[in-house]
Amino acid sequence: MRARNLWIGGLLSAVFVVAALVSLIWVPYDVTALDIANKIKGPSGAHWLGTDHFGRDILSMIMVGARTSIAVALVAVGIGMGIGVPLGLAAAARKGSLLDELIMRGNDLVFAFPSLLIAIMITAVFGASALNAIIAIGIFNIPVFARLTRSGALSLWTRDYVMAARVSGKGAARISVEHILPNVLNLLTVQGTIQFSLGILAEAGLSYVGLGAQPPIPSWGRMLADSQTMISFAPHMALFPGLAILLTVLGLNLMGDGLRDLLDPKLRRARA
Amino acid sequence: MTKKVFKTGLISALALAASMGMAQAKSDIVVAMQLEPPHLDPTSAAAGAIDSVLYSNVFEGLTRFGSDGSVNPGLAASWEISEDGTVYTFHLNEGVKFHDGSAMDAEDVKFSLDRARAEDSANAQKALFKGITDVTVVDPMTVKVTLDGPNGNFLFNMAWGDAVIVAPESIENIKTNPVGTGAFKFTNWVQGDKIDLEKNADYWGTPAKLDKVTFKFISDPTAAFAAVMAEDVNAFVGFPAPENLPQFEADARFQVLVGSTEGETILSTNNKMPPFDNVKVREAVAHAIDRQAIIDGAMFGYGTPIGTHFAPHNPDYVDLTGMSAYDPDLSKKLLAEAGFPDGFKTTLKLPPPSYARRGGEIIAAQLRAVGIETEISNLEWAQWLEQVFRGKDFGLTIVSHTEPFDIGIYARPDYYFQYDNPAFQQLMTDLNATTDPAKRSEILKEAQTMIAKDYVNGYLFELAFPTVANAKIKGLWKDAPTQATDLTAVYWED
Repeated sequence: MRARNLWIGGLLSAVFVVAALVSLIWVPYDVTALDIANKIKGPSGAHWLGTDHFGRDILSMIMVGARTSIAVALVAVGIGMGIGVPLGLAAAARKGSLLDELIMRGNDLVFAFPSLLIAIMITAVFGASALNAIIAIGIFNIPVFARLTRSGALSLWTRDYVMAARVSGKGAARISVEHILPNVLNLLTVQGTIQFSLGILAEAGLSYVGLGAQPPIPSWGRMLADSQTMISFAPHMALFPGLAILLTVLGLNLMGDGLRDLLDPKLRRARA
Repeated sequence: MTKKVFKTGLISALALAASMGMAQAKSDIVVAMQLEPPHLDPTSAAAGAIDSVLYSNVFEGLTRFGSDGSVNPGLAASWEISEDGTVYTFHLNEGVKFHDGSAMDAEDVKFSLDRARAEDSANAQKALFKGITDVTVVDPMTVKVTLDGPNGNFLFNMAWGDAVIVAPESIENIKTNPVGTGAFKFTNWVQGDKIDLEKNADYWGTPAKLDKVTFKFISDPTAAFAAVMAEDVNAFVGFPAPENLPQFEADARFQVLVGSTEGETILSTNNKMPPFDNVKVREAVAHAIDRQAIIDGAMFGYGTPIGTHFAPHNPDYVDLTGMSAYDPDLSKKLLAEAGFPDGFKTTLKLPPPSYARRGGEIIAAQLRAVGIETEISNLEWAQWLEQVFRGKDFGLTIVSHTEPFDIGIYARPDYYFQYDNPAFQQLMTDLNATTDPAKRSEILKEAQTMIAKDYVNGYLFELAFPTVANAKIKGLWKDAPTQATDLTAVYWED
């Protein structure tokens, strides 16, 4: 059962990652070339998923769009982990100190805002672009990872082997990196997968309202927005990018579930 | 038992159906449009949405636009023009009353014109009143307007929504409670939703056929489509999604009117910003653009190609599309001559309407084909006004200039596209001083050719004006010679 989630999720995610990678070297049609004469054609042999309102090939756009989504989500998760994890480790190492309070209350502050709303504000102030979308989504990943790392690390700090390391004279920073971090990696992997899927959803949401990647860079959210008024006579224009978002997010969530079952020590022990 | 109930039910249903059939034709209408007015004073804001609701319905001027763009008598029944063309004597209609019951007389005309041309006036089109040196009340029904020189456009100017006659008694609250002389009076405004008007029983002219009018504001194209399909609204003027029009045309419940507008849709170019200060570069841009692809791709075929800043349905229009025909090879050659053999980078700032957003993507692809890279940014109207219109911080933008007869903007060097040509400015001065129709036509044609030769902007197409309405509604304006939704002659067919 658990393995099945992991497999299905992994497979779905892999399809889109592969599509994104393939699009780097080859796509069926150039997504920046318009072909007005062939606009709004349903799926056919020449265009497997049909063409959009400018005659662009939807399959090619979904492939390149996957690249946009994955790149944005990946970098955003990277930002969240890169800043959030050290903060969490530091807070745990100095539990109860002013530093701990400062970090965690700062996190609460960021957490208190509805994330998509703030992302909209950031892109509205600094201009709409893929880069600003990455930054906006990344900032909201920071508290998620900081909290997770801190709570995971706190329970580890009481372990005997950590105590032994302290007695042998290792500093808090070294212990955090050498003993704590490897033991919270499982947690981080699972959370990272979930955040990755949320990042893809956020990117789609931002570009749907026009605040993500700007044309001519294809993005799933904007494909949906463009198809909106044509849904009654060209449903394929909305269906395929919609399915792409759905399947990727579903795949990543299933994979996250599967990974948790596999990696979480508590669940593993329960199984044994 | 059951059978009996069924029978009685059937009979009453039949009776109901019969009585409905005999009922009078509908006398109320719900008209939807995309933009809501910011307030309700047409004499102190540029927003076209104000005129779309109030022009002719609630407010009237000395003259008025007909559905074909002609200038007809309005509150002024007749007028005389002095020999030298500088003194206009207007004779007002008898028995005209404002909606608050007060009489409309020469004092109100003087008040309105003096208010509009005053130093501190908030009127958005002060140029309309520029030549007026004096407004004199001769008697309550006669008013004399003196100009500083002959102005062939004066009667046309007085027909604008910015020149409607208002009363000093009601001016204070005009922004929320407009009091005019029209066939409908204002009753209610639910901000963000609708404006209600009702028939003015004391109207001085031909009374309106409808008793009640509701204007609804629906900005989202998808919601607009749904509202019309579900018949929540009886008509949608300026329907925002041309891609949906074929569906309405195929549906017997609706009629689709595709009229002309005064909206020249142009690829506006910052004439002061390098490299666009070089006419060769502007010419290269013009030849890189395939108008038909833009009309087909962005407007689904609705629109007329233009080659200059002038409405094609105007009798003085010159077809200059040939001067900027689609020719990417020529475009590349011109770029090389101008010193950009590898093209250059610029910005393309797009306001919200679909002609701009979709047209922008198509133009970006066409420019890329000749080597010009554009960085697209999608802006909301407020941002567009701030950055592009006032800030002049743009390379290219796409916008539709919907004001009627607005070629005069090219004589304003500080206007946002910053075209500064003394020869053209002289031409406009000459035009204003000319009243002879043949001479005027000649000047207008020369002006159109001059801006086309200078490739001031990329001239794309004349915006179409689609109205979707219930098939039984008669009397709607097909064309949009000015921003107006004149409902005074609209009625439901039985």
